[in-house]
Amino acid sequence: MLPAAAFYILAASAVISAFMVVTARNPVRAVLFLIVTFFSAAGLFVLLGAEFLAMILVIVYVGAVAVLFLFVVMMLDIDFATLKAGSTGYLPLGGLIALVLAAQLALVGLAWVSADGAALQFQAPTPEDTHNIAALGALIYDRYVLFFQLAGLVLLVAMMGAIVLTLRHRDGVKRQDMHRQVNRTRAEAVDVIDVKRGEGIG
Amino acid sequence: MYEFVTQHGPVWGTVMAIGQIMAFVIVLLLSLAFLLLMDRKVWAAVQMRKGPNTVGAFGLLQSFADFIKFVLKEIIVPAGADRPLFLLAPLLTFVFAFVTWAVIPVAPGWVISDLNVGILYVFAISSLGVYGIIIGGWASNSKYPFLGSLRSAAQMVSYEVSIGFVLVTVLLMVGSMNLSAVVEAQAGGFWNWHVLSAGMLPWPAFLITIPMFVIFFISALAETNRPPFDLPEAESELVAGYQVEYSSTPYLLFMIGEYLNIVLMCALMTVLFFGGWHAPFDFAPFTWIHPVFWFAIKVVFFFFMFAMVKALVPRYRYDQLMRLGWKIFLPTSLAAVAVMGGIVVYSNAG
Repeated sequence: MLPAAAFYILAASAVISAFMVVTARNPVRAVLFLIVTFFSAAGLFVLLGAEFLAMILVIVYVGAVAVLFLFVVMMLDIDFATLKAGSTGYLPLGGLIALVLAAQLALVGLAWVSADGAALQFQAPTPEDTHNIAALGALIYDRYVLFFQLAGLVLLVAMMGAIVLTLRHRDGVKRQDMHRQVNRTRAEAVDVIDVKRGEGIG
Repeated sequence: MYEFVTQHGPVWGTVMAIGQIMAFVIVLLLSLAFLLLMDRKVWAAVQMRKGPNTVGAFGLLQSFADFIKFVLKEIIVPAGADRPLFLLAPLLTFVFAFVTWAVIPVAPGWVISDLNVGILYVFAISSLGVYGIIIGGWASNSKYPFLGSLRSAAQMVSYEVSIGFVLVTVLLMVGSMNLSAVVEAQAGGFWNWHVLSAGMLPWPAFLITIPMFVIFFISALAETNRPPFDLPEAESELVAGYQVEYSSTPYLLFMIGEYLNIVLMCALMTVLFFGGWHAPFDFAPFTWIHPVFWFAIKVVFFFFMFAMVKALVPRYRYDQLMRLGWKIFLPTSLAAVAVMGGIVVYSNAG
């Protein structure tokens, strides 16, 4: 009974906050509702027995991605009210897209046939004697290691692309070189000069 | 908690689970009151002052007097502030500071939730701690808090990365993400604690774990916005950062949350590197003392170190802070993860 109650609470909060993301007037609040949605999804993962995925969802999406969202949204002065002014005109188109997506989901759901013996696999997602995380690690780093490495490579290329696009060298910027500062000696920094009275330093 | 419900029935199980949580929270808050006093006393001693000495003997009741004063003051919400978010922010900081403690094992079996992803849980919740600060700074609708909260968010996100890699080195050594298992792996004398890690010999793992501990300590200072990394509340530039507009109980909640996070970092150092509840020697006079006292002694020692750092070290400049985090700690800890992974693989195989 307790897991069922937890499921309904988390699912309701996920759906309601996802709805609020779209309808919120204030962009910062919209991002905050998005975070609540992520959090509820993480809770649903925990209920499914996938603690690792739940924690990764919280660490990556809530802890890093959403912080950056929040950063950008706070800095920009977006007024959602003016942005949304003509949005009701798109309602038919949006509704059509939603209908198509729903129809596709329904078709997939109806056409779903599971192989013989697949039902047994659903009941035990991980072998009895290993942890959830160990089982996941064995899958990622043994059976699907090539796909995992390729995904990593794609991300690396994307990261380098982002750096190349945004990197620009500016001239005349003073930079701090700690090594040079620390290695500076008295001999090169201080020069004692005998100044003759009434003449100053020529 | 779920086990309680299944073992003792819905009513009695819930009562027991809540009772356990309440006991933990009350002990934490009470010890925090005296740790706060200790912080101020250490700071005062370094500056050759007496520190709080009027309320109660040696000022022992100072924190309680402060508490009453905070609670009795008026809560002022600025006119342009986003009222619900303004009041939500300190609550978030306060709650997140407490929920992480659910997985910290203080003695054998003394843990509220023995999660098998304990390390990840700690990391996940500590990465949420930044929200209290960002929301607080934004909702105040004022320049100084906003700048302070932006600084703080960038700082916490940067140093989380190296903290994450330090956690990964430790969990590679243990082979488990359960914090109780991490402590169990360090049984049998101080040389087995992860910081020295004699169990890994002949591989000199301490050459990695000692620098990792130093990185963790410094990153913990940055993560909790403690001096020398207290740029979010640098009083000479930003008055008090994200706390400028807060008064009374909301300010108190921020304070408690911040100090609780510091104690949490001390507890994490104890659990990950210094043997948790284990005594330094595994024989007679040391094993008579209950494990929870060993845990508490280590935590208090690290808190003392935090207080000393606050008293001794001048504040970093912001670009230096970023340089340290991204250009020094991140590559070092990344390399350490790779080397430690290699050691673990070869020592198991050979």
